[in-house]
Amino acid sequence: MTPVLDAHLVADRGDFRLDLPLHVEAGETVALLGPNGAGKTTALRALAGLQGLSEGHVALEGRDLDRPAQRHWTAPERRGIGVVFQDYLLFPHLSALDNVAFGPRRRGVGRTAARERAARWLARVGLEELAGRKPRQLSGGQAQRVALARALAVEPTLLLLDEPLAALDARTRLDTRAELHHHLSRHAGASVLVTHDPVDALVLADRLVVIEDGAIVQEGDAETVTARPRSDYVARLVGLNLYRGRSEGRNVRLDGGTVLTVADPLDGDAFAAFKPSAVALHAGRPDGSPRNVWEATVTGVHRHGDNLRVQLDGPLRAAADVTPAAAAQLGLRSGQRVWAAVKATEIRTYPD
Amino acid sequence: MTAKTSAPARRQRIPAALLIPALLGLAFLTLPLAGLLIRAPWSTMPQRLAEPEVLDALRLSLVTATASTGLCLLFGIPIAWLLARVEFRGRSLVRALVTVPLVLPPVVGGVALLLVFGRGGLVGAWLDEAFGITLPFSTAGVVLAMTFVAMPFLVVSVEGALRGADIRYEEAAATLGAGRWTVFTRVTLPLVAPGIAAGAVLCWARALGEFGATITFAGNFPGRTQTMPLAVYLALETDLEAAIVLSLILLAASVTVLACLRERWTATP
Repeated sequence: MTPVLDAHLVADRGDFRLDLPLHVEAGETVALLGPNGAGKTTALRALAGLQGLSEGHVALEGRDLDRPAQRHWTAPERRGIGVVFQDYLLFPHLSALDNVAFGPRRRGVGRTAARERAARWLARVGLEELAGRKPRQLSGGQAQRVALARALAVEPTLLLLDEPLAALDARTRLDTRAELHHHLSRHAGASVLVTHDPVDALVLADRLVVIEDGAIVQEGDAETVTARPRSDYVARLVGLNLYRGRSEGRNVRLDGGTVLTVADPLDGDAFAAFKPSAVALHAGRPDGSPRNVWEATVTGVHRHGDNLRVQLDGPLRAAADVTPAAAAQLGLRSGQRVWAAVKATEIRTYPD
Repeated sequence: MTAKTSAPARRQRIPAALLIPALLGLAFLTLPLAGLLIRAPWSTMPQRLAEPEVLDALRLSLVTATASTGLCLLFGIPIAWLLARVEFRGRSLVRALVTVPLVLPPVVGGVALLLVFGRGGLVGAWLDEAFGITLPFSTAGVVLAMTFVAMPFLVVSVEGALRGADIRYEEAAATLGAGRWTVFTRVTLPLVAPGIAAGAVLCWARALGEFGATITFAGNFPGRTQTMPLAVYLALETDLEAAIVLSLILLAASVTVLACLRERWTATP
């Protein structure tokens, strides 16, 4: 099956270079996940035709939209791509209904038919009774749904969403996210979602593309990416301690020189990852079964859910989760020396 | 904390060196208007307003000022759009040229218009030969003179509004399938409508008060080119009360404009 979107986005902006191959199939939602400045928005704008490519190509359903090498470029209004912008950009002078009808009107649908279609889309996002409202009379969540309806009303082959939930408060976000998931899964075309929020990406997308500094650092479904992070950024997002090193059998020599004992043998360059909850803290050197033990300095203690997350410095920089009771018993505070221990079976290794 | 709460309670001392010139200045600005109101022949006002000369001048002023505002909108909005949205060489030079009539003495503007649109002028001679159109000393000439002096007000106001408008709305419209012209008419224009309205009101007020360029380029013919300010000036020599009545009408128009603009500027879009 050929992908709906076949793109290789190369764009330069000063010293920054985006180089991103991207393929999305019909009905699939891909999340571009990355920290601020990774090039996510640049990628989205390039797909929408709002920013030129310096190299590469964009093809939609086999039709070439952009190919700078052949001086070929398609204007945004001729692309058939729908965009939900970060702050929605609903036209302030038009009602919700006319905002949604705007796209169909521009594509040659008559006024009455366009408004009927807009009303159907508003009903689909559950806002039919707010059709006459101006954008400033809508709440953030409602505006988000109108923006979604507006983008979908042109029945785009490719739907782009730029941080669709970033402007919402936590409560509205939860509902809107579920609703958005419903609409994205019903959308027959391809969808590309840009976000820096891992929860949005995990809930909404079928596949994650993690980008940093304009390049892909990891790609795969939610399970793979979260279970086997390949960059500090992803490891932080999913809350794992991640190290890079060289594995020989059951020993992984990390880049810092520390050797971890693991349960699964592996040879070659490898990642080693373990959960903060796998780290046990002790006041004195623990004895007993062979495991990874090192002395560390506490650099910070924060609340994390029901537990406390302890930042450790030393031969291994790591995060450890301890219960408040354990923390009280150890009398944890910044600068304190503790012993950290991780069982070999708790450490996951996978090839680099 | 204590300083913050006690500050408003403390009586503010205003230095006399600032207060006295301020009051004198205010008196200077308001006294002439008061004089106009005090000296006005209120008892005969209705008859005076109904005099044919007054009505002619008023009608002519309203028609020409409105027509010139129309021309300013027609040409000024595209100029403002070019200045605000298109990067081109010499853009700052064009912007400076557009604003020249703001600072140019209107009489000089009138002379310049005469040199170009007069019978012997560059464009005027051609218009006369090709179409038999003579602009100087005609009502069309009044409109031309007004447009010349009023256009910068519109361009400056609309360009400011365009620069302030979020260009991403236009991008959103483009992704929905709107071409550049549609984006302009359906999104850009409505977004900057308050700026256009403010510019048009300013423009209209400037055209209504136009004197120097009009009298130089279009002359002073009652019913044809004699607008309100010209009529005021003429009446001053023969009939002071008529001059006062005409002046009051212009004052009323100015105050109305000011009220319109205040509402525009204080209202949140």
